[in-house]
Amino acid sequence: MTTILAVCEQRDGVLRKVSSEVVTGARRIADALGAEVEALVLGSAPASGSDLLGSFGADRVVTLTADGFGAYAPEGYAKAVAERAKGAAVVVCAATAQGKDLAPRIAARLGTGLAADVTEVTAEGGALVAVRPVYAGKALLRVKLTGQPAVLSLRPNVFTPVQRPKAGAAQTVAVPLSAGRVTVKEIKAAEAGALDVAEAPIVISGGRGLKEPANFKILEDLAHAFGGRAAVGASRAVVDAGWRPHADQVGQTGKTVSPTLYVAVGISGAIQHLAGMRTSKVIVAINKDKDAPIFKVADYGLVGDLFEIVPALTAAVKSLA
Amino acid sequence: MKIAVCIKRVPDSETRVKTAADGKSLDDAGVKFILNPYDEFAVEEALQRKEKAGAGEVVVLALGGPAGQETIRTALAMGADRGILLQTDAVPPDAFVTAQAIAAELKAGGPWDLVFFGKMAIDDYNGAVGPMVAELLDLPCVTAVSHLAIEGATVTADREIEGAVEVVRCALPAVLTTDKGINEPRYPALKGIMAAKKKPLDVKAVALAAGVIEVLEMTPPPARKEGKIVGEGATAVPELVRLLREEAKVL
Amino acid sequence: MAPKYHGVDFYAIDSLLSEEERAVRDTVRTWVDGELMPVIGDAYLEGKFPKHLIPGMAELGLFGANLPEEYGCAGLNNVAYGLIMQELERGDSGVRSFASVQGALVMYPIYAFGSDDQKRTWLPQMASGKAIGCFGLTEPDHGSNPAGMITVARETKDGWVLNGAKMWITNGSTAHVAVVWAKTGAPDDSGSIRGFLVPTDTRGFSAKDQKGKLSLRASDTSELVLQDVHLPKDAILPKSGGLKSPLMCLTQARYGISWGALGAAMACYDEAVSYAKNRVMFGKPIGGFQLQQARLAEMLTEITKAQLLVLQLGRLKDQGSMTPQQVSLAKRNNVSMATDVARETRRLLGANGILAEYQAMRHLANLESVYTYEGTHDVHTLVLGQEITGISAFE
Repeated sequence: MTTILAVCEQRDGVLRKVSSEVVTGARRIADALGAEVEALVLGSAPASGSDLLGSFGADRVVTLTADGFGAYAPEGYAKAVAERAKGAAVVVCAATAQGKDLAPRIAARLGTGLAADVTEVTAEGGALVAVRPVYAGKALLRVKLTGQPAVLSLRPNVFTPVQRPKAGAAQTVAVPLSAGRVTVKEIKAAEAGALDVAEAPIVISGGRGLKEPANFKILEDLAHAFGGRAAVGASRAVVDAGWRPHADQVGQTGKTVSPTLYVAVGISGAIQHLAGMRTSKVIVAINKDKDAPIFKVADYGLVGDLFEIVPALTAAVKSLA
Repeated sequence: MKIAVCIKRVPDSETRVKTAADGKSLDDAGVKFILNPYDEFAVEEALQRKEKAGAGEVVVLALGGPAGQETIRTALAMGADRGILLQTDAVPPDAFVTAQAIAAELKAGGPWDLVFFGKMAIDDYNGAVGPMVAELLDLPCVTAVSHLAIEGATVTADREIEGAVEVVRCALPAVLTTDKGINEPRYPALKGIMAAKKKPLDVKAVALAAGVIEVLEMTPPPARKEGKIVGEGATAVPELVRLLREEAKVL
Repeated sequence: MAPKYHGVDFYAIDSLLSEEERAVRDTVRTWVDGELMPVIGDAYLEGKFPKHLIPGMAELGLFGANLPEEYGCAGLNNVAYGLIMQELERGDSGVRSFASVQGALVMYPIYAFGSDDQKRTWLPQMASGKAIGCFGLTEPDHGSNPAGMITVARETKDGWVLNGAKMWITNGSTAHVAVVWAKTGAPDDSGSIRGFLVPTDTRGFSAKDQKGKLSLRASDTSELVLQDVHLPKDAILPKSGGLKSPLMCLTQARYGISWGALGAAMACYDEAVSYAKNRVMFGKPIGGFQLQQARLAEMLTEITKAQLLVLQLGRLKDQGSMTPQQVSLAKRNNVSMATDVARETRRLLGANGILAEYQAMRHLANLESVYTYEGTHDVHTLVLGQEITGISAFE
């Protein structure tokens, strides 16, 4: 039976949510091709949460372990996955920070190409067809993958995890590999428990309309009102001005996000910003200038003083909880 | 220090994207082309590393049509020493094929202390050629470097990951792909623009295989349903919340 | 945040430029976007020249860009020089004035009329922005008629003594060196006019900013007073002689201004188009109404004509055949049309057009000075009249 490899991701021994998206995507491909899904986790021991991968469609869950695999080991992981992928039909990764680093290495080791940051994947006549946004999201490219195996990475937050329970039989395989020549020395976590803008289901972004860095507090208050499901993002202007860190930047030279709800506060809507958030499911814009370009992409717009509107919205959201 | 920087000529991000007659590619009439913004960081980093070392050479490499010479000259104007254009009219959508051509050229021109790429191109958003070239050259690689420190032959690089910064180490020689934050690219000075004309620029024809990624079509994104202005000021908030709950169903 | 500026090129004029000329234009455009645009609104309102930009401008090579490389300059051709002025003035006329004075009115006369020693002493420093210069020709009572100047330079046994006053001098209060034009002979002898390099820390020399300007607010405009200013013999620009010398400098500057004014017009037009497409009134963008379309069509036409005019002028200059009268035609036309474009943009912007957040009114105010300085519009009219008919109508 052909195998679709779903390369999952763990950090500090805990499986990351995006792994269920990868398995969901792999399951979709497997169903179209009549294949099996093998969820692959790399670490120093089985990651907590891997037992749930079966519920998203993994026929088996294989943990590849080695010394030095606890943290991300680019070369070791690439070798291990490429080895495991021999004979597989498709290798699916997530287009996370790690996946964007790992997927090309896997593809090159397999001597084949990569379809990166895919938002849709189907099988047509036995071949894999994927859709990927290009030109800052202003166009969609439909591509056929003819590599053996085909290697692709899925854009996070797009392949909503779907329950498709399969056996999920767990296996641990120790591989005789080292971490490799590139090693992770340290992970400097941002504010404890902070949700990354690329992963949060709700993103509240602020721009120059906030007038000064201290005013971002009102966006943080709104984010808190959503009970841990919201992250605060930023436009390029305020990142360049040093008000917010680059990690929070949404846009072409920042992050591409696709949350369920994106609230743009005091952001005019330059094309480079739109490139980073236009695939959000619902977009709300709050701006005092009713001619601001952001209103053209927003599903719902509120024109007015954000310093009045945002606190009112925070209060309203709190009262819903 | 012998440093190579691989760059790409891409359409300006403000480009109005129209599909060409073949239904698969960009109609480039009236399109302004620029040096890929992430590659500017790569060129700048290479120049700074050479300056810090006190001696060396920065070679700029591009793959594409003849107009790529202009893009190479932009990098030469910033201060790179010489350029190489691997000329081909058809650049396949398969990054691996591009990587093979670049790796072959780098192998012939090496050994290198450092090879820089921008983390990704703003036209295709692949971010693959850099790490693929590293695999083909069997060199250690760190991608999306937002801060770089080199002490002797040790590279310490910061990369942004979700909610954190990952600090990675490897030894030279290495392939690094650059992210925003690593430096502030210099403006090409006017003297640099004049000097660029006189710097060596080799054009070599290459023929690339078709690869395993085939473009079926390029289409505009699905139009978003037309939005509406819910109202003005804080008094419109209750209506917004109602719509988000009942219509959009996101609350 | 304003959308990115793309310039104006309706007649594919870019295809008439060489790759270098485009590269020069693009690098200055990017620099203006990154460094000047973010600060110019406030600088204008505060009435301060953004001095902190000088090192960046120098590093880019903007000062004396068309002078030879041996003096630390970029050695560009005159079309490239013009494009630099175009892009600087698309930012602000006052900032472009700084570069015009530094390059065309101080570095140029030192280059054209100075001794090797003077060139070697001053040009590299000025190219690097370490030394700022100003050009002292205009006087309180002698603007359009520089031949009537009353500043005098009396020869003494060990040098010169200068006495007089100059007015409307850009960079005056920040300059390290002033190129001062003075009569060495009789008061009515304009043939005795010579140029002098006056280090501004010389005793007797003072410069004071003129206050209360409503135009060129992001530029330093000063009065210069010379009271028994003693200079050594070698302070004179040896190859200078007669009114012709300062006028040659003015021809250089006016050439750059013809391009600069075009840049201001392009900035205003770009703003007008963007606004017209986005501002909705009576249910559609105002750009859909006939009167606004007529405004925009007029602007585009004038800008396109001016672009072709000034490009050919630059090619003639590079060939060595450009005449001052040809420059008069370009300066007169381009500045006049730019004032019209700025005014019409201001009107199209409606109430928003009076805010510093928008560029039109700042350009409008600045261009009034550009209309008057470097030869008023009317003076250039008579230059052309005389050239056409052979008859002077100046008096």
